[in-house]
Amino acid sequence: MVEFLFGYFSVVIVIVSVLVVTSRNPVHSVLWMLLLFFHIAGVYLLLNAEFLAATQVIVYAGAILVLFLFTIMLLDLREEIRLGPFTGGWPAALAIALAVLITVVAGIWGLKPAYIGPWGIKEIQTETHTKALGKVLFTEYLVPFEIASVVLLVAIVGAVVLAKKKLKT
Amino acid sequence: MSVFEAVVRPGSFDLLINILIILVKIAVVLAVVMFHVAYATYFERKTIGRMQVRMGPMEVGPHGLLQPIADMLKLFFKEDIIPEKADRTIFYIAPIVSLAAAMSSLAVIPFFEDFVIADINIGLLFILAMSSLGSYGIILSGWSSDSKYAFLGGLRSSAQVISYEIAMALSLVGVMMMAGSLNLSEIVRAQIEYPTGIYVIPQFLGFFVFVVAALAEANRAPFDLPEAESELVAGYFVEYSGMRFALFYVAEYIGMILMGCIAATCYFGGWTIPWYLLKVLPFLKYIPGVIWFALKVYFVVFFYYWVRATLPRYRYDQLMSIGWKLLIPLALANIAITGIIKVMVK
Repeated sequence: MVEFLFGYFSVVIVIVSVLVVTSRNPVHSVLWMLLLFFHIAGVYLLLNAEFLAATQVIVYAGAILVLFLFTIMLLDLREEIRLGPFTGGWPAALAIALAVLITVVAGIWGLKPAYIGPWGIKEIQTETHTKALGKVLFTEYLVPFEIASVVLLVAIVGAVVLAKKKLKT
Repeated sequence: MSVFEAVVRPGSFDLLINILIILVKIAVVLAVVMFHVAYATYFERKTIGRMQVRMGPMEVGPHGLLQPIADMLKLFFKEDIIPEKADRTIFYIAPIVSLAAAMSSLAVIPFFEDFVIADINIGLLFILAMSSLGSYGIILSGWSSDSKYAFLGGLRSSAQVISYEIAMALSLVGVMMMAGSLNLSEIVRAQIEYPTGIYVIPQFLGFFVFVVAALAEANRAPFDLPEAESELVAGYFVEYSGMRFALFYVAEYIGMILMGCIAATCYFGGWTIPWYLLKVLPFLKYIPGVIWFALKVYFVVFFYYWVRATLPRYRYDQLMSIGWKLLIPLALANIAITGIIKVMVK
């Protein structure tokens, strides 16, 4: 059953990702991406990472993608759809894609399972994923977590500064 | 237990029985909720009628009791009109997205002891995720209709829902911290243990933020700018007619009932009543939990109507400044205070 679900999620993820980049209408692309995010959340659920699944939907689908949609809706889509592609030269693109594919496959070939830390699947199931993640994040990885928060804060302040009109002096 | 652990257990026979039980539960919940949606419209018209010294619906059936059924039949037989330049596929799926998002949140609500369709660990987060999905229905309907009014309604709504979602999520963090869980049943059980029996007393600040954000999330007055009828005709669903319009309408009322359910489980103790009430009036324990739950939800729904009949609509910039400059700081302060008290009491 789990294998079947994983197969379903991965097949849909691949198909939908292709549709995201091939749709002519940007709004349709965004919608395919929404479907993609939900299926990625499904994969997280299969890994017993329910907190990650929920944040995936809340942050990506609920916040970031809505802002995307917001911006795209303000474009003149009737013109946009008739435009040709901006970049030519698909043979070059294909070569790069193949190179990446070979690198990834080679990487997977050399994959070795890492040692199982203190938080195996059993421990996470008894402790619940949210609690386990919180404990690890706020004790062992506190410094990286704080650094990430500061980086995000800087980005927010930067965005506000850029968006603000210059004050008349 | 994760979602899949709850559904998928070894042994295909167990699996079938599990699926059957879940299907029966879904049928029961949907039937009850749809009945409530139908009569919520009647209740709203009656309440607002009384508040404006009118009678409300009186013609169909005794005291207009059959009015919701007449409305439903009327909507069912109306012509289905689609604007010529609409993006058809998106126009079709937008109301379904709205409705599906509202309905799937009902899966994690514990209506009474041990009755919940999916008893998942991340219940509250699931509801927040689904409510953010609900905004897609509104935005897409506004965009795909190819109409100014619908488009403006959709834009307003997306900005509003994104802003107030933050305030609502932050206000619920206080409850999560006190209960130490995101599972809604666990939150109710934690309230039984708590000295005041309900979280609304220590979490009054969070509750205030939640109530205001809930009004905005459900697009209800005084924050019903996405469908402000005096300027946008009907807002994002102005081009919809017949059953498609009804789907949006049902989604809005389910959203309202859902907010009532969240308020009841997170702040009013769900299917339980505080122990001191039981001590004073011991016979109350014979009343089943589902009645208490329903009464709490009805109170919240009544509160929605009460606010609608009382307050005028806010201006859009006022709406935004309330959300970002008042509610979010208040919710953050509530989190800080809750944390400090929790550390000190320990």
